[in-house]
Amino acid sequence: MRVDATVQDGQNIAVRCRGVTKTYGAGPSAVKALRGVDLDVERGELLMLVGPSGCGKTTLISVVAGVLNRDGGECEVLGEDFARIGPAATTRFRARNVGFVFQAFNLIPTLTVAENVAVPLLINGVSRREAIAKAAEVLSRVGLGDRTNDVPTRLSGGQQQRVAISRALVHDPKLIVCDEPTSALDHATGQRVMELLREVAEGHDLSLVVVTHDARIFEFADRIAEMDDGRIVRLSTGQSHKKAEHELPVVK
Amino acid sequence: MIPIALKMLFRDTSKFFGIVMGVTLASMVITWQGSIFIGIMSRTVAVISDMGDPDIWVMDPKVQYIDDVKPLITTDLYRVRGVEGVSWASPLYKGMTRARMEDGQFQNCNLLGLEDSTLTGGPPIMVEGRIEDLRRADGVIVDVIGATTRLAKRPREPGAAPTPLKVGDTMELNDHRAVVVGISRNIRTFQSQPVIYTTYSRATTFVPNERKMLSFILVKAAPGVAPAEVCDRIERATGLAAYTRDEFKGRTIDYFLKNTGIPINFGIAVALGFFVGTVITGFMFFSFTVDNLRYFGTLKAMGSGDGRLLGMILIQSLTVSLLGFGLGLGISAGMGAMTKDSALAFLMPWQLLVVALGATIVICMASAMLSIRRVVTLEPAIVFKG
Repeated sequence: MRVDATVQDGQNIAVRCRGVTKTYGAGPSAVKALRGVDLDVERGELLMLVGPSGCGKTTLISVVAGVLNRDGGECEVLGEDFARIGPAATTRFRARNVGFVFQAFNLIPTLTVAENVAVPLLINGVSRREAIAKAAEVLSRVGLGDRTNDVPTRLSGGQQQRVAISRALVHDPKLIVCDEPTSALDHATGQRVMELLREVAEGHDLSLVVVTHDARIFEFADRIAEMDDGRIVRLSTGQSHKKAEHELPVVK
Repeated sequence: MIPIALKMLFRDTSKFFGIVMGVTLASMVITWQGSIFIGIMSRTVAVISDMGDPDIWVMDPKVQYIDDVKPLITTDLYRVRGVEGVSWASPLYKGMTRARMEDGQFQNCNLLGLEDSTLTGGPPIMVEGRIEDLRRADGVIVDVIGATTRLAKRPREPGAAPTPLKVGDTMELNDHRAVVVGISRNIRTFQSQPVIYTTYSRATTFVPNERKMLSFILVKAAPGVAPAEVCDRIERATGLAAYTRDEFKGRTIDYFLKNTGIPINFGIAVALGFFVGTVITGFMFFSFTVDNLRYFGTLKAMGSGDGRLLGMILIQSLTVSLLGFGLGLGISAGMGAMTKDSALAFLMPWQLLVVALGATIVICMASAMLSIRRVVTLEPAIVFKG
């Protein structure tokens, strides 16, 4: 079954994928991770990618974020096709336009919180002083203004994820990809992190693509694309998905 | 990104310490062994170095190095003096003699006979007495290291310190009485045998009489004439071999390099230091990079190009190489300073430092290459893998 996860209004599209395929390996041991995915993500939208392990979620956000080359199909992100612009331009594009939030936070433990947040600005050539000042400003917005000089290991999981979100936001990207942002957090902290991401998406006209297994955060999604075996098999809004899940039969 | 690279390095204390220690070890072995090698080589030319005044050494064409004496006939001296561009020419006797001390002990010594009138080629520094005192009857000057070690009087009591030879003491050189009239400070010789200076005519009476006694002719080029040009003229006019001081040093060192096991032994030690340093540093640096691979991947995903990451690794590598080199050099130099007055041959010229710095940077760059390869081939998508 192939579900059309595209939208009709082309003016407001941040990510447009058509028939995207990706295969790992070759020969009999080849694994088809994506088998022709059609997906649109609107500007300002929070789209969640859900599905069982190995269904292709991470591969899809890797392709969307420009860190993995697709094998076939088309994929435009903010009007750019990475296959056409080449690796160097793709790297520059990521530096300017894409923010990342990782499951394991990926904060550099030997840098302070402010230095970690400042990294995307430094990559973009902003001076160190300016980058640290901007990082401190963003950290204040997420409630960590008093922890700028701490190292990440001194922070709780939720605080570390807020630092990671600050790092994803600091250079004002147009797209943020999040890989399991709440899986290492308890429920309450996960909720707060998602509230923050939701707020960010709404306030900055940002598109967010969030890969998650965590059904407790589905309510924060504008749309949820459910994947299985390298395809999008179901598309729903956050609320309708929750409702649908409640309607599932329970074995007694 | 340079401060980020350096903070990643410095704040990973254990790895940073390990890498710097590896480089320090390599740098220390290279500079230490290199300094001793150069020290030993410099001792082979100690006699030439101590004689600063003559520009040119004239000798039999078959002579290969300073201790390979093939005597000349006395008339060669006059022929050399007649060559255009020669300011002056002096005879030098250089040979071995056996000294019999007052307590009956024997000791082989280097004997240098200087021209009676000018005393050309005399000791560079006098610790006691004057060079002119050689004109006193039976006078000899002994180098201070020989006077305090091999020529020192043995103690009567076991365990007591030997009494250094001093001005006024006597000894026998081939059954001829010799009186110490001065103590000089010389560069230690290769064989560490004492050096005894006397006049040319007295030296020829101290040693068994041979038909030819003239070992070398020391020449000063006339003002405004290049020593190399004078050498050519001497060779053309006399058929003798003539070398500038530096050429003769080079010839002597070359002989020792080609005909002794010294370079191989020291070369192996230096190569071992280089190899061990490379392995330790390479392993530690690679381990540091692998530990940080996730973060390099994160930086790559966030838009750091390969060039920028390569620059970060090179900066890290260069930093540890300079730190390790400085520490290794400091330890070597410190040990060298502490052993300054011992028999250890230790000489650390700036050229050695340049070579050692180059070797240290090569070690670190070679180590970094493994890491660079790993980072450059890293897929940024790794950041999404758990």
